[in-house]
Amino acid sequence: MDKKQKAVITVVGKDTVGIIAKVCTYLSDQKINVLDISQTIVQDFFNMMMIVDFSGSDKTLGDCQRDLDKLGEEIGVDIKCQREEIFEKMHRI
Amino acid sequence: MVNIFEVNETNKMVEQENLDVRTITIGISLLDCIDSDLDKLNEKVYNKITTVAKDLAKVGAEIEADYCIPIVNKRISVTPMAMIGASACKSPEDYVTLAKTMDRAAEKVGANLIGGYSALVSKGMTTGDEMLIRSIPMALTQTERVCSSVNLASTKTGINMDAVRLMGEILLELAEASKDRDSVDCMKLVVFCNAPDDNPFMAGAFHGVTEADAIINVGVSGPGVVKTALESVRGENFEVLCETIKKTAFKVTRVGQLVAQEASKRLGIPFGIIDLSLAPTPAIGDSVADILCEIGLEYAGAPGTTAALAMLNDQVKKGGVMASSYVGGLSGAFIPVSEDQGMINSVEAGAITLEKLEAMTCVCSVGLDMIAIPGDTPATTISGMIADEMALGMVNQKTTAARLIPVIGKGVGEKVEFGGLFGYAPIMPVNKYSCADFINREGRIPAPIHSFKN
Repeated sequence: MDKKQKAVITVVGKDTVGIIAKVCTYLSDQKINVLDISQTIVQDFFNMMMIVDFSGSDKTLGDCQRDLDKLGEEIGVDIKCQREEIFEKMHRI
Repeated sequence: MVNIFEVNETNKMVEQENLDVRTITIGISLLDCIDSDLDKLNEKVYNKITTVAKDLAKVGAEIEADYCIPIVNKRISVTPMAMIGASACKSPEDYVTLAKTMDRAAEKVGANLIGGYSALVSKGMTTGDEMLIRSIPMALTQTERVCSSVNLASTKTGINMDAVRLMGEILLELAEASKDRDSVDCMKLVVFCNAPDDNPFMAGAFHGVTEADAIINVGVSGPGVVKTALESVRGENFEVLCETIKKTAFKVTRVGQLVAQEASKRLGIPFGIIDLSLAPTPAIGDSVADILCEIGLEYAGAPGTTAALAMLNDQVKKGGVMASSYVGGLSGAFIPVSEDQGMINSVEAGAITLEKLEAMTCVCSVGLDMIAIPGDTPATTISGMIADEMALGMVNQKTTAARLIPVIGKGVGEKVEFGGLFGYAPIMPVNKYSCADFINREGRIPAPIHSFKN
């Protein structure tokens, strides 16, 4: 079995109907598995983090970054997609 | 698994607090290029650099994208050129051809700067060393990316005062050669005591002869992150203050370690060291002086500055050492006057003098850095300032350096613009009294007594 290729997707922006739905639809279309979601609203700002696994998808991280950038523009939020290690390294000994 | 708060903290450091990886530097040994034929030597040097570093820019960009972390500079350092050219070069002009080759090779692979136009003369100068030093004004004005450094002293050998005297003259010559551009080419030249072999930062980077064929060294940054972290502990005691700096330095360094490992893997070149230095930029909030102010000084340069800096430097190292498997290079706090808005403010307010800056270099690794002085400063006075800095390094068994910019045609109170990341600097007053008779003595200052440890 392929080793998991984990990435962190963050979505920040003004809250509106259907943000999670649109992002998850995209991920599901690309066969990207969602491992964890957490979400809060800070001062009316929507703030979501997802940990996803790329190993089942044909897309590269770079492809997804471009697609998600476009999707973010459509919804009016800022979407970032980064490899997970940067957070693991910084916050875990 | 990471949680949303950790993710937000990391991204906030990058987006709002100027966290970045300051440089990925590939060190390349050119020892196998040595040839007695100058044309052949130039060709070999060009081929070796452009082969080993061919993917540098591409890999740098990939890592930036994968982790959403800016990597500001991609650089190259090579074996000190004085050695590489010693057999082929018969004149300073011959050495200049090597500088031009370095420049072309760096441009070809997309490197911002290339260091190693250097000579190591802490005890004596070979003919090649002296020719390279004499070629520095020509080499740096005729190239764009080449950086030069000269190691003038060490704890083990003492200070080569003949070379110190020569460097005072060379620096003025270089300033004169680029006087139409405010003598800015001087910022590509630095002199050292106890120069490290694996420094990734310019202008002083070179690939030491004790190093492997090729190596990746990484310099991290993050004064803005430390400053922001300290805002949350205002008024707390030193224990809390130190803990906060250590934890922050740990986090910043881990990013450097990750980037270094990835770059090493993707380029197929072994990882060397992480340099833990706090490197400022002129961007607001990305300042080492601002950290000192946050610790409790009205301006950097006020009484207490040296103690605050000593503590800061030590805590950054303690936090950083835990985060990386190999630490090296300069690993201190950079306090350049021009590249740090807080330092510029201090100079303009009259809060800091050259003498205080000198004291600060006793407790942090880099010396008098990016300091603009009047263009009519005598060469012997410049040599005197260099000699003082070398003495600090020699006696304290640490690296010290001097990167002075005598601005031809300008005096105290005027400003010099370096452009971009290098910022601007107000010209600082220099002590008027002469040291000419001291500098004009020939020979060298012997190694200090505590260097005899065997």
